[in-house]
Amino acid sequence: MMSDTEHRDDRFYLTRKAHALGLRASFLQSLRRRFAALDFLEVETPVRVPSPAPEEHIEALPAGDWFLQTSPELGMKRLIAAGFPRIFQICKCFRAGERGARHLPEFTLLEWYVAGFDYRDLMDQCEALLIAVLKEMGHDRHLVWQNRRLTLTAPWERVTVADAFARYAPVKLEKALADQQFDEMLTEHVEPRLGCDRPTFLYDYPAPMAALARVKKSDPSVAERFELYIAGLEIANGFSELTDAAEQRQRFEEALRVRARKNWAPYRMPEKFLDALAVMPDAAGIALGIDRMVMLLAAASSIDDVVAFPPETL
Amino acid sequence: MYTASDLRKGLRLKIDSDPYVITEFNFVKPGKGQALYRCRLKNMLNGSQFERTFRSVDVFEPADLREKKMQYLYKEGDKYCFMDNENYEQVYLSEDQVGDAVNFMTDNIEVEILLFEDRPIGLSLPNFVELVVTESEPWAKGDTVSGATKPVKVQTGYTILVPTFITEGEKIRIDTRTGEYLTRVKG
Repeated sequence: MMSDTEHRDDRFYLTRKAHALGLRASFLQSLRRRFAALDFLEVETPVRVPSPAPEEHIEALPAGDWFLQTSPELGMKRLIAAGFPRIFQICKCFRAGERGARHLPEFTLLEWYVAGFDYRDLMDQCEALLIAVLKEMGHDRHLVWQNRRLTLTAPWERVTVADAFARYAPVKLEKALADQQFDEMLTEHVEPRLGCDRPTFLYDYPAPMAALARVKKSDPSVAERFELYIAGLEIANGFSELTDAAEQRQRFEEALRVRARKNWAPYRMPEKFLDALAVMPDAAGIALGIDRMVMLLAAASSIDDVVAFPPETL
Repeated sequence: MYTASDLRKGLRLKIDSDPYVITEFNFVKPGKGQALYRCRLKNMLNGSQFERTFRSVDVFEPADLREKKMQYLYKEGDKYCFMDNENYEQVYLSEDQVGDAVNFMTDNIEVEILLFEDRPIGLSLPNFVELVVTESEPWAKGDTVSGATKPVKVQTGYTILVPTFITEGEKIRIDTRTGEYLTRVKG
């Protein structure tokens, strides 16, 4: 992160950012061309919403009586339920209290949804799409970030959460969960090792760690959810969508109880979304952090370096 | 009390009855997971350091630290004596507590004594001090390359690099934060 004094002169620091801002623009243009070629419809759903998805660890910012979206997920699934088969959106999302070298409270997400897909189909599509876009941007085979040289050619690595813990963490997944140390172990021991030779999909998350994902039929202890890591950076989160409205309502109620215990703002139950979920076809969806991808493209170590104005400069 | 969202580099906390300063700070959070606050903490009494990861539910006690202007009087054994000019009370710091500040401390200089729960634990100097050059190698004539420097000794015994035109007996201004020469003081 840059110091306050460095922010004083717009012209000075924005000139230094010109390269990253240019890469951001090219990346967005390339993504849009790709999605158009795949016959996706670009959509816009409201940024200000009355009832965000209740999640245990994501807090929305209030906007009047409503809230700013933490992701466009609920609106986009209503579109899938209404019969739009392939949709994508690039939009601003807001999460209270998230600020660090890789976090901005206002950031840019790309989300896309495909009717009829499950999470495996989506991993394949994500891989093919990013390889094509990276190639168009001059990264034919390799990418270097923070002294790590990655191979980009297919196939990318796929590893289950349980295997990744066995490989990299000092304790097994079961023990980390029992000790309530999952996030600590993941961020300290597992994440930094993921995607360092080539991009890695971490998949099959413990079922309680997937608020809106479908549980795997062959193994109900895990959810059909994945995350994409590149050079240790968390880039994208996707899953087979839960389409059971009753189960989704139960999970939301549980999340609301946990939130209440933390004195977080109460949300109204997203009833219109639950109505839509009851008729939604099987589908898979993914959210990808645009700012983090631009960090990789621009060889930037801080997310501040890839946006024109971090909040502290406003 | 502080909450986790108050944590940042430079914040001073009380942990297990000792004052600590956060020397490194990282916010980490898996997208769907909980926020974690990874800190490197330095004990302000003995300098020992450790890393700890906090959660958003954690709360912290601020360290009761304040600074008070005092005057340096003299060194006695391995203790440095300072006086509070308001109440003439005297306090002592050890060599470890004074540290590198000794390089810039002249008799009667005014410093900020750092107090933890009213006990003196360290000091901070003015950003700039003026000291007299007491020893200087003769300046080799003809060495007029601009930016050329030579080592000299100042009245505290500290050795510092200065431009070659500085001579013994002159007064120079020094930045105590970097320990570097700033300018010659005329007079």
